[in-house]
Amino acid sequence: MMAEFSIPPALVLIVTGLLIPVLQKRARSIFLLAPPLLTLWLIWQVPDGVILSFEFMGYGIAPLKGDALSRLFATIFAIMAFGGGLFSLNRDQPAELGAAFVYAGSAIGVAFAGDLITVFIFWEIMAVGSTIVVWFGGGEAQRAGLRYAAIHLLGGVLLMAGVAGEISATGTTEFRAIQPDSIARWLILAGFLINAGAPPLSAWLPDAYPEASWSGTVFLSAFTTKTAVYVLIRGFPGAEILIFIGLYMVFYGIIYAILENDMRRILAYSIINQVGFMVTGIGIGTTMALNGAAAHAFTHIIYKALLLMSAGSVLHMTGKRKCTDLGGLFRTMPLTCICGTIGALSISSFPLTSGFISKSMIAQGAADEHMMIVWMLLAAASAGVFLHAGIKFPWFVFFQKDSGLRPDEPPWNMKASMVLFSVFCIGLGIYPDPLYAILPAPVDYQPYTGAHVVFQLQLLLFSGLAFFLMLGWLKRTLTITLDFDWFYRGLGQALQAEFQIKSGAAWTAFVDRTYRAVIRFLETVYRHHGPQGVLARTWPTGSMAIWATLLLGAYLIFYYR
Amino acid sequence: MAKKKSSRDDHWLARPENIRLLWWIFIAILAVTVLCDFIVHHHPHFGIDGTFGFAAWFGFAACVVLVVFAKALSAFLKRPDTYYDG
Repeated sequence: MMAEFSIPPALVLIVTGLLIPVLQKRARSIFLLAPPLLTLWLIWQVPDGVILSFEFMGYGIAPLKGDALSRLFATIFAIMAFGGGLFSLNRDQPAELGAAFVYAGSAIGVAFAGDLITVFIFWEIMAVGSTIVVWFGGGEAQRAGLRYAAIHLLGGVLLMAGVAGEISATGTTEFRAIQPDSIARWLILAGFLINAGAPPLSAWLPDAYPEASWSGTVFLSAFTTKTAVYVLIRGFPGAEILIFIGLYMVFYGIIYAILENDMRRILAYSIINQVGFMVTGIGIGTTMALNGAAAHAFTHIIYKALLLMSAGSVLHMTGKRKCTDLGGLFRTMPLTCICGTIGALSISSFPLTSGFISKSMIAQGAADEHMMIVWMLLAAASAGVFLHAGIKFPWFVFFQKDSGLRPDEPPWNMKASMVLFSVFCIGLGIYPDPLYAILPAPVDYQPYTGAHVVFQLQLLLFSGLAFFLMLGWLKRTLTITLDFDWFYRGLGQALQAEFQIKSGAAWTAFVDRTYRAVIRFLETVYRHHGPQGVLARTWPTGSMAIWATLLLGAYLIFYYR
Repeated sequence: MAKKKSSRDDHWLARPENIRLLWWIFIAILAVTVLCDFIVHHHPHFGIDGTFGFAAWFGFAACVVLVVFAKALSAFLKRPDTYYDG
């Protein structure tokens, strides 16, 4: 039996992903459905402890190390790959689906990684796989994908520099719980946080995900941010700064989603909002809060995928994505409407849905630690979730006004995947015990008390009242809201426009001066880094990382729109 | 929109009289959830969360603040959605 244990579950999906593009259409269906189930089975064959390990160039590599937390995240990634595969059966872009499976497989790889080098390798494969998925959106997706890749390469550089520094400082490659108390560890934390959608670079997420295809976005919503949540739970439990970062993300997501008009960008902002809840829980760091963060990641993947499946179905059947163009679809897409609403209720933590039994554990963690302000902010944010996603998404897409659109329901496989994930949402909401049983620590929590149910109903229903009373202010317009990405999308344009006005002699002089400055700079660099230079003696990883970062930053500012 | 259709032809959820009815049902449910505070025993952690109908007024106020703040922010950061297309 040991031989079976040594098959890393990640490999199944990665190999499948590489095969999918070369398969015949008929065979593809089987390869989209069977491998995720096989992976799920393999995941539950992985026992606790290091299962595979070897030495590579003097470094200990442990590509397969099991425990409850690893299995929990790997399980939901495999379920997600199955649901996404089912939803995408009629998607005629094998390369997109292949990339999505490689992406899903490497997320599972991160979940089972026992050392930092393995984490980094799968981290980068995820970046490549997800970028390809974005690219298949067509149109604006090309440029959005490049911007997405640049941010994730930056995250990768920070992570690699941090990992190198950590290994040289501690002498071990083991991926274990640490605190941000050295430059290398701060770099690791920064690399993780970029993938979580944390400030200031959060804009990559609502920029890129909604540009992917109707099927691609469903995959994208699940893996990158939730592997980041996983590595934060594993690596930085109780790091206090995460409380502040998480709370910022929670409110950033709500505010930007309120102002957004594109239905899938609303949902993209709400990913950041939901990950913010998890990051806050990780920062609180008690057993209750960490269990809550892990449970919330699990339920979140299901209801967020469900929401994006219903949005994807609408996009697939109507070709439209803006709230201003949609509305009234409940007439001809009742099933999509009901499934989308179940997802919306789950994200809002409505009683009897999966969000209710997971998010409340994070708030309970704050209450147990007597963090009054954190608890109040989380409660306010829970109300805000209902406002920006729970009602806003179904209302503007399926009700609102009659847009005159009368689309049919999507094909059977899309309906089946939505029904499956709706059943998960309600099922876990009614009977959370199977999820509680696989959480990293034993659960001593009862979500269904009279007080808690009444509290949540009051909170949500009165947010609903606020929504309908302020509907005039929430009416969507043909606008976007500027974000941090302006610095690498708009600044270049603004500078260009500036120079067009002041062109001519001033421009020539400027170029001339710049040229001479560059030559002087290169001479200085040669003096310090050349064969005789002081800095030629060693190759500090830190300065390499800073230079790579600066170059990337300059590239972003000048070449991107 | 040549001729306004009779409300009878549309889906039952879209008819004005039913929407009015839904509003009344909604208001009744809101009242019931607040009145439940008399029945269930809350376990306030901080004091303020023990006030009558705390989650109701707090949730409502939080949403108003969020929408007003978002609206104010949009005055500075709102752009046409073709802004980056040029």
